[in-house]
Amino acid sequence: MMLTYLTLVPVFGAIVLLALGDRNKRLTRFIAVAFACASLVLVFDLWHHFDSTLGTLQFQERHSWVPALNIEYHVGIDGLGLLMLLLSAIVVPIGMAASSKIEERVPLYFALMLLLQSCLFGAFTALNFVHWFSFWELSLIPAFFLIKLWGGPRRTPAATQFLVYTMVGGVAMLLSFLAIYLVTGKFDFIELAQLAQSGQLMPDVVAKLSMHRFMPHNIAMILFAGAFLGLAVKVPLFPFHTWLPSAYSEAPTGTTIVLTGAMSKMGVYGFLRVLLPIFGAQTQAVLTPLLWLTVATIVFSAYSALAQKDLKRIFAYSSINHLGYCMLGIFALVKYTGGDAALLSQKFAAMDGVLLQMFSHGLTAATLFWFIAMLERRSGGDRSIDDFGGLRSVAPVFAGLMGVALFSSLGLPGLNGFVGEFLIFKGAFPLVTWASSISVLGLLITAIVILGIIQRVFSGPLSERWTGFPDLTLGERLCIAPAIALMFVLGLYPQLIVGVVNQSTVQLVQQLKF
Amino acid sequence: MLAWTIYISFFGALLQLFLPKGNNPLARALALLTALAGLCIAVTSFAQQRTGELITVANHAWIPALGINFHLAADGISLSLILLTGIVALTGVLFSWNIERRTNEFFAFYLLLIGCVYGVFLSYDLFLLFVFYEIVIIPKYFLITGWGSTRKDYGAMKLALYSFIGSAMVLVGLIAAYVVAGSKSMALNDLAGFAFSPHFQMWEFPLVFVGFAILAGLWPFHTWAPTGHVAAPTAVSMLLAGVVMKLGAYGCLRVAMTLFPHGLDPWGFSLIGLSSWRDVFALLAVIGIVWGALVAMVQQDFKFVIGYSSVSHMGFILLGLMTLNQIGISGAIIQMFSHGILAGLLFATVGRMVYDRTHTRELVKLGPMNLNKAIPFAAVTFVVGGMAGMGLPGFSGFVAELMILVGAWRAFPIFAIFVGVGIVVGVVYVWRAMQKAFFAEPGDVISHEPLPPITIPERLGSIILICTSVAIGIYPQLLLKIITPALNSPLFDGVRKGGW
Repeated sequence: MMLTYLTLVPVFGAIVLLALGDRNKRLTRFIAVAFACASLVLVFDLWHHFDSTLGTLQFQERHSWVPALNIEYHVGIDGLGLLMLLLSAIVVPIGMAASSKIEERVPLYFALMLLLQSCLFGAFTALNFVHWFSFWELSLIPAFFLIKLWGGPRRTPAATQFLVYTMVGGVAMLLSFLAIYLVTGKFDFIELAQLAQSGQLMPDVVAKLSMHRFMPHNIAMILFAGAFLGLAVKVPLFPFHTWLPSAYSEAPTGTTIVLTGAMSKMGVYGFLRVLLPIFGAQTQAVLTPLLWLTVATIVFSAYSALAQKDLKRIFAYSSINHLGYCMLGIFALVKYTGGDAALLSQKFAAMDGVLLQMFSHGLTAATLFWFIAMLERRSGGDRSIDDFGGLRSVAPVFAGLMGVALFSSLGLPGLNGFVGEFLIFKGAFPLVTWASSISVLGLLITAIVILGIIQRVFSGPLSERWTGFPDLTLGERLCIAPAIALMFVLGLYPQLIVGVVNQSTVQLVQQLKF
Repeated sequence: MLAWTIYISFFGALLQLFLPKGNNPLARALALLTALAGLCIAVTSFAQQRTGELITVANHAWIPALGINFHLAADGISLSLILLTGIVALTGVLFSWNIERRTNEFFAFYLLLIGCVYGVFLSYDLFLLFVFYEIVIIPKYFLITGWGSTRKDYGAMKLALYSFIGSAMVLVGLIAAYVVAGSKSMALNDLAGFAFSPHFQMWEFPLVFVGFAILAGLWPFHTWAPTGHVAAPTAVSMLLAGVVMKLGAYGCLRVAMTLFPHGLDPWGFSLIGLSSWRDVFALLAVIGIVWGALVAMVQQDFKFVIGYSSVSHMGFILLGLMTLNQIGISGAIIQMFSHGILAGLLFATVGRMVYDRTHTRELVKLGPMNLNKAIPFAAVTFVVGGMAGMGLPGFSGFVAELMILVGAWRAFPIFAIFVGVGIVVGVVYVWRAMQKAFFAEPGDVISHEPLPPITIPERLGSIILICTSVAIGIYPQLLLKIITPALNSPLFDGVRKGGW
């Protein structure tokens, strides 16, 4: 029952906050953070009881839900799921810590944050399509209102665009899975993956559905396209990414932290848990175009980040870029190896890299946006790189700690960002050489972007306006210290994460028999 | 016991007429009590019903010479809809708490309408069913002309005329069937058991189906629905969209499809890709889904948005019926229930909570009032109702759409894709209306006089409806366990064509 409790704790917290009402803002914040920490403790407890030598699904719960449709309440986690739970549990408190600027309707704000966390937990533990899809769609609602009610000046179009894009993808995905359900009578990811592995799934689907008139013969590809669209919008992949920069920059920064830190991983997670196991053959068939999209995502987003002035937009584009590397690693997994053991071992590296990258991007992006929130609070809302300069001399601790996060984002060895990218490129290079080679450009441009930020915000002459720029207070330092420490720990000792996920990686990769 | 739902409602209606004029609280209390009694009976029967099979409630000879009986019976399908009627009727009274003019007359018509609706859902004799179905038109006409707004005479007249045309078609069809079957009995199972010739069924089916489907808002005969809903007072809009439209859908399934299943067979030739009435009506249903949603997307009047959304949602029901498989038809019945609840909720929000306070329904005027601050409860209710309506998981609308889509994939895969488009447009119109009506753009907020707060009856009504929708959304088995056996009964033998 632990996973169910984990999903329900934030919901309970949200109810408590709404019931208490808008009396005492400090108390509201305290209760919200307390519930977020309670979830974190629960996740640590799961980690403690998790047997990482197995790599199978653990803590499973399975109950009949809607027998008429063969829908079950089926939850369970493997290393991948645990990692995502851990990330969600870490990112949400950081997001709350960055929300101190919120003064209006405080209980509702934190209640929505907690609901969002609950949806994340639900989506990362669900093993039945309907159950997973429910949380996937429900997570849009708190996110939408967080942007709509507390966002920046252009929040309405941003929130609407975000919702509509994701909903369109969601409906396409739903239609695909309903067609599969129709033929197989199954919604369970594990059972569907087994069917796909045995090579029965798609031929069956094609045979049954193509009996209808007007049915195109490449129906399997259409179903794949539906599922792909749903996930690609969420990640996002070029050209489905256009909702992201405005949503991230208009959202209140605390919300942006959760959006980029945890919610964007729902898409990547979906690729690993759903798309590859079930639509592996279709993915392989269109691997080259998919790689083009990935390369475009990586290079264009890095280049766009270079052209931006607003710090939030820069990091929004850089988020797309970092998730692009995840997609590169994922698509490398479906490359046909023909039983070559050396190439297969590269896949393990790529997969480990993807997981590490997911986690460390979540951590780094959350930390960076936290610093932006602090910057906004001190500057009264200004966050263009041209507004600042020379902050290092007045706020050395601020500059130093944010510098660590920036270098982690750049992928400096010794920090968390490096390990994931290194493993992805190490694995992907022999598998999809051309795509990896072009993608290196993305690394280069990102480096320019990051160094540019350091130069223009922290170095250079200090303008008159910022002579009184306050450094991080003790409370703020304590608040962000664990995240910074974790960056070093993961950079120096990635085994901490790899150990958790390694067996699951082996299992997941071996399932994809290519 | 179920028969008492009808008797109590009629009795309550009669009693209203004898109340002293001007004693509004008494009239309200009496109406509330009557509706509550009906709901209690419905809930009790629902709780006792375990198998969903047909149970006879009453069977008395009425016009023996013609083989017409006063025959009431309920299976899982009727029972679900009776439960829906009970819930919507009760909440409708709660949302009519502010009717001050001729209150007792209002509730007399209101209860008469409800009694007839119960009657249609319970009738097993087709003559009786038709009598109730026909009487429904009278109270709804007078309720709209007496207490309505915005072009009420036009709306009421249009609604009455469409209903009469539909009933006339049904009547012709039923009489023809009765005569062909030997003029012995009007009981549903007798007529369903009679082997009508396929040729006869081929023209009889569309006649009766369209007759009923006019009331269910089948495109292109839907135009009465938005104007009628908009003109009606809130509680009547709730009933019209929530329950009365379901009468049409219920008739389509219960009468047209069970009596004349061969009317759904292929014609033997193909006309622009359509080769049976089933294809034709499925196509019209899909057009209704997409068209209703598109029109709802461009409305300026808040109530018209909801009016057209009903057309779109009723399209799902008709499509579900045309799939002719168990999952699609079960989905259609769940959608009847779900849409009944949600249309009630949305009309209550728009008509009672917003319009009665702001006296405008124009989205451009509502926006600057920033209603999410002024009446947050209404905003939350609308958001929840809208999300449930557009098929967000966790609410009844999702289960229904999911089942209908599965059924549609099996029966008409191409249509399923268009339905997907309709769902997306549904998201857009709900979201557009919500943002325009409740959330001002920063900068355009104008100050206005404080609005009266949301009253207790309104809160109570909204909570009942929301909880029902969530209950079905989270645990659809509640309804499915009685719907499935009902659909498996011999009565629906002929309908099981699309692979059960």
